[in-house]
Amino acid sequence: MKSVNELKMVLESRSVNEGFARVSVSAFVACLDPNIEEITDIKTAVSEAVTNSIVHGYREKEGKIYITVNLYDNNTVRVKIRDKGIGIENIEKAMEPLFTTSKGERAGLGFAVMESMMDRIRVISKVGKGTTVTLDKKIRGKMI
Amino acid sequence: MSAKLEYTRKEIRVYLDGEIDHHSASLIRTGIDDAIILRRPELLILDFDGVSFMDSSAIGLVMGRYKLMRTHSGKIKVDNLSPSAYKVMKLAGIEKLGEIRVKETVG
Repeated sequence: MKSVNELKMVLESRSVNEGFARVSVSAFVACLDPNIEEITDIKTAVSEAVTNSIVHGYREKEGKIYITVNLYDNNTVRVKIRDKGIGIENIEKAMEPLFTTSKGERAGLGFAVMESMMDRIRVISKVGKGTTVTLDKKIRGKMI
Repeated sequence: MSAKLEYTRKEIRVYLDGEIDHHSASLIRTGIDDAIILRRPELLILDFDGVSFMDSSAIGLVMGRYKLMRTHSGKIKVDNLSPSAYKVMKLAGIEKLGEIRVKETVG
């Protein structure tokens, strides 16, 4: 698996940037010729991950979100979303559907949505250091 | 993102328009809640026909309004979901909260 194209961007952890993040990632993936469902899946998963960084990682305070998108020669896309926020104490628990530490109106389904939209998700986190979410998806495009 | 509210005697229909995410959901929530508290409708219809994108924030939006409606024994209905929006809603078991209707797609 060889990376054939790469995008890196750094965003302020402001909720207004959620839309920009998902739209720019999906625009970059467009050259793999994804179908509409695949674009929506990627947009949705990116939106969840970026929202997690803003709401949980940085607790809606200042911080930076680092997004890397790699396109591979086997038509796979990998999106890495990293923050230097508070980190996750118990990743397994955090990934349980309906579990949330948020006092606001969060459904606790962010990771469940990411899992259902993408082929693979990896979460690496260290308390006090931050969290990296890696999302992989093979683009089948209009062939099926 | 915008929400237009339409009132009948017993119902409020909310026409949601645009993209629903964590950012935009927070902007429209209060207006809907104010109307529910003021009018205590029997039925709240959240109409997703104009929604071009949504993530799990829309689930929070539905669940939150469901809880508020329940305080006066009102019901909710989620109308005109796109197939991709339904895919997200399904993860939350939202059909247990009220009636759900997926919009018919052309082609």
